[in-house]
Amino acid sequence: MSDSDLRRAVVRDSLGVGIATGLYGISFGAVAAAGGLSVAQTCALSLVMFTGASQFAFVGVVATGGAPLSGALTALMLGTRNTLYGLKLAPMLGFRGWRRPLAAQVVIDESTAMSVTRETSALARTGFVTTGAAVFVLWNLFTCVGAVAGNLIGDPRTYGLDAAVGGAFLALLWPRLSEPRNRIIAVCAAAVALGAVPVTAAGVPVLVAGGVALLAGVLTRPSAPTETSG
Amino acid sequence: MTWVAIIGAGVGCYLLKLAGLSLPARVLDHPLVERVADLIPVALLAALVAVQVFAEGTRLTVDARLAGLAAALVALLLRAPFLVVVFVAAATAALLRVVFPGW
Repeated sequence: MSDSDLRRAVVRDSLGVGIATGLYGISFGAVAAAGGLSVAQTCALSLVMFTGASQFAFVGVVATGGAPLSGALTALMLGTRNTLYGLKLAPMLGFRGWRRPLAAQVVIDESTAMSVTRETSALARTGFVTTGAAVFVLWNLFTCVGAVAGNLIGDPRTYGLDAAVGGAFLALLWPRLSEPRNRIIAVCAAAVALGAVPVTAAGVPVLVAGGVALLAGVLTRPSAPTETSG
Repeated sequence: MTWVAIIGAGVGCYLLKLAGLSLPARVLDHPLVERVADLIPVALLAALVAVQVFAEGTRLTVDARLAGLAAALVALLLRAPFLVVVFVAAATAALLRVVFPGW
């Protein structure tokens, strides 16, 4: 394949991912509206925060009666993975000057996935910029559509929108469950969170479960089989 | 208060992204940091699934949301895309509530 063929293939794949991801902004908009956020607040989340899992988490915590601060902390904890993506991307993309703060806003799961595997810096940039721009435009557009629709339909429970949130989180978690270690962590975190529900304020159980991740990270050893944990 | 949290967390999330693009790679080049950062999304998302499905305020309860989650699980096992999974969860809970109002 020639350089321009390769470039076209990257653009095509990136647009595909961008459209698929952007479309599910509609579910975020609807869920956020059902959770009691105004259309403006919902759109502001997509515009400023712009990282799906954190946005769903913020809405999820606030919708179940949690303090906005708990929602913000959960969103920030989930946002830390974008820092690691940025560290991996920086040398490949090589953005300097005004391009860097602009590019930073679209450092997300999808743009990272569509660029880290490329063989050249030019193709990595193409994948990153195309995916990032497509997701940003469509995600924000469909968030608004979902938020307006969500506000119009009345009691969200009638449409099962409260059940949609759990399904959304499971779908976000799903690809990470292929690792056996992650399955154990997931079960422990869910159990700890449920145990904390009756004894803490809404929103806190999820943060307590974040502690499970910290503890597991400290206690588990990397994959050296000769090591014995003491 | 909600607005403050939205803007604060939004700007915070942006700064986390910018830090990744700006910091030298060795700053976070520690196996512990990498491991914890890997595990945080797993733990938080799993906790969010559990709380979203079983919690009602500070009470634990079983209702149509659990059926919605089970339907989502089936959809994921059938490799359905994200939007289909979310729709199936909502539709299942909505249909159950038609049959058993107040569930």
